[in-house]
Amino acid sequence: MLGYIARRVLSTIPVMGVVALFVFLMLRLSPGDPAAVIAGDYATAEDIARIRERLGLDEPIVVQFFQWLGNLLQGDLGISIFTNLPVTTLIAQRLEPTIMLTLTTLTFTILVAVPLGTLAAWKAGSLIDRAVMIFAVAGFSIPVFVLGYMLIYQFSIEWRWLPVQGYKSIFEDGVGPFFRHITLPTLTLSVIYIALIARITRASVLEILQEDYVRTARAKGQSETKVLLRHALRNAAVPIVTVIGLGVALLIGGVVVTESVYNIPGLGRLVLDAVLKRDYPIIQGLILLFSFVYILINLMIDLLYTVFDPRIRY
Amino acid sequence: MLRWSRRHIMAAAAVALPLTMAAQAVPAQAEESVLRVIPHADLKNLDPIWTTAYISRNHGYMIYDTLFAMDANLEVQPQMVDTWTVSDDNKTWTFVLRDGLKFHDGQPVKAEDAVASLKRWGARDGMGQALFAVIESLEAKDDKTMVMQLSEPYGLVLQSIGKISSNVPFIMPKRIAETDPFEQISEYVGSGPFVFQEDEWVPGSKVVYLKNEDYVPRSEPPSFAAGGKVAKVDRVEWLYFPDQTTAMNALISGEIDFFEQPANDLVPIMERDEGIVVEVNDPLGNIGFARFNHLLPPFDNADVRRAAMMAMKQEDYMTAAVGDPKYWKTCYSVFPCGTPLDNDVESSVMAAGSIDAAKQALAATDYDGTPVVIMQPTDIPVLSAFSLVTAQKLRQIGMTVDVQAMDWSTLTSRRAKRDPVDQGGWNMFHTWWIGADVINPMAIAFSGNPEAGWFGWADDLELEEYRTAFATATDPNAQKDIAAKVQERLFKIGASGHLGQFFVPVAYRDNVEGLIKSPVQFFWNISVDR
Repeated sequence: MLGYIARRVLSTIPVMGVVALFVFLMLRLSPGDPAAVIAGDYATAEDIARIRERLGLDEPIVVQFFQWLGNLLQGDLGISIFTNLPVTTLIAQRLEPTIMLTLTTLTFTILVAVPLGTLAAWKAGSLIDRAVMIFAVAGFSIPVFVLGYMLIYQFSIEWRWLPVQGYKSIFEDGVGPFFRHITLPTLTLSVIYIALIARITRASVLEILQEDYVRTARAKGQSETKVLLRHALRNAAVPIVTVIGLGVALLIGGVVVTESVYNIPGLGRLVLDAVLKRDYPIIQGLILLFSFVYILINLMIDLLYTVFDPRIRY
Repeated sequence: MLRWSRRHIMAAAAVALPLTMAAQAVPAQAEESVLRVIPHADLKNLDPIWTTAYISRNHGYMIYDTLFAMDANLEVQPQMVDTWTVSDDNKTWTFVLRDGLKFHDGQPVKAEDAVASLKRWGARDGMGQALFAVIESLEAKDDKTMVMQLSEPYGLVLQSIGKISSNVPFIMPKRIAETDPFEQISEYVGSGPFVFQEDEWVPGSKVVYLKNEDYVPRSEPPSFAAGGKVAKVDRVEWLYFPDQTTAMNALISGEIDFFEQPANDLVPIMERDEGIVVEVNDPLGNIGFARFNHLLPPFDNADVRRAAMMAMKQEDYMTAAVGDPKYWKTCYSVFPCGTPLDNDVESSVMAAGSIDAAKQALAATDYDGTPVVIMQPTDIPVLSAFSLVTAQKLRQIGMTVDVQAMDWSTLTSRRAKRDPVDQGGWNMFHTWWIGADVINPMAIAFSGNPEAGWFGWADDLELEEYRTAFATATDPNAQKDIAAKVQERLFKIGASGHLGQFFVPVAYRDNVEGLIKSPVQFFWNISVDR
């Protein structure tokens, strides 16, 4: 197992290398020029050229790439063109909100979606089942920003229960402010994943419930709760974990919209702002980070398979 | 019945204790007054000389001070300067700094700081470059006295160093001002009414300023950038909102005090809220521009450009882009209507607004159906609307139009290209200038020099001669006459289409008081009654 983990971790290096090259080339070959954005309306073409020169953007792409790669190998993601701050500093400033939003969303999603899907499977064909499925279809169909605005309108504008926007750190501002600010974004972002995971859970559990060993368990007099939790849910866990893992990857995209709607200073907004301004070092650094997280999540899912299904060995 | 074992209780305590401690760790907020602002853009760069971004300019006004400043009558008044004299031959200017000026690091402001700051500004700003072209020497005579020696009389000395918009000649400590003008400064020490809190800066989210307790404001009442800059709140927070709807909701819920530039479609909602005041704070407004590329066909022909301008009915542009008529007006002068140089010379070409007249004018040219590439920045609604209206107008008069959608960043890089269209060039783009930036002929938007001029590269020697004459004229009446000639040339050569004057209102909670009416949003003199 340890050998497998080591091999998988080592395999991330060439993957990250390809990602780095791809991202670098894609950015440099796409239209847009940070020097022109900086120079603004008053600039002449000569001003823009001088700014490009100072930023090193007039160097051949190959030279720029190897300079960046050299810095990257020393753990230096570069300096933001616009803010003049290290990319690592900018990422560190934004890491906590995104991680916390991801964690709360994931926790809430699992706590709601898995029981809901199991319940729907257990009561397949009933009113409960149909209600869960209607919710799942609706939840999957409604755009994140629409749901966000609806929740803000009701909870923040009409009832004044929760704030419209912002983020408070659990470490610096305390638990109360943290939950007051993270509740609506979490609800907004969770709905789509609850819908997705509830559907997968229902399908998986429903399939398991028709297996012979479940019938045997029932014949032996086991309670429905034990049949559901010990036999059905555990055996249905592998596809559910896979979808949860994929969901985490999807969350990376989801937070971009949610962070904008709720004005949360997270990584999603950082990458969006950087793309609009063509702040190359930030975009490159963040895509590398996201790729790394994606690879790690895949590794964790693979390892979790062995926990839920002892037949799987690496 | 739920039974709690000792293990359960210990586990619960282990979870609850740190959470409780974390909750208690929140520091008690001191009784400080805070103004929470949604600025018009994210402050990404802190050097108002390195970039022309308006948000960096506004940041500059927070932490830096200026030697002179423009007041509401568009006249230049002393700010850091106490007294100044001009020699009889108008070539030697002597400025004496007022008492009590101190940088945020405690050091006194000296004349050598002003000299270094002006030199850096003069290397980047258009008006600064024009001024430094006639400066023979600029030196600190002593700690408080700066002497400017000119090679010839120049009529815009005070207008240049007292200009209100980008790039504003902010005064920095000499060690910072000696930074290469094409590189960013890395230390943010000014002598203005607020102190920048670098450790609280989160680009893309939050900027914090504290009141500068050592600042000595002038005794005159505030007027535009001039007069006393009295900070009436202890702390100003700029909270950038990428989403306009969320920004509006935050203002409605009272989480925010001031919203600098709400989108047009949200204004009616805020106007209906009793706790919110919506009003125009910038008396000069913005001027819509349709810019032609003078180098490429079909707009390398002045008659074709003028024909296109005749089709540009300002009412149509303003209705499409702005909407509510109380936030726009037609203006057929190249200078903002209501400002001293506003005039109507040759403006009939812009006032025509007639498809029929434009069609006839186009028919009289040799236009051969060459497609017009219009760059449409879809991420800026006003400019996107301008682009679509122009496309429709040009089609109506018989031109072939190719509207190319892109984001603003792409447009800004593409508009710098002088290449033919099939090699990445362009024929038209739209923008707007804030009124304060185009109040006189020295604005780069009015340049007739294709080498050092604005994108589109108008080429007209006569226009340049008038602009130079304006700069050297020292008599305001003479300046006014020359400005009319500049306008005449601009319209005769069809430099740009002028699409109307529009005003972006601000929105704020009704407990906010003391806003200064100005083209630039200032945050001194503002108080919040909580």
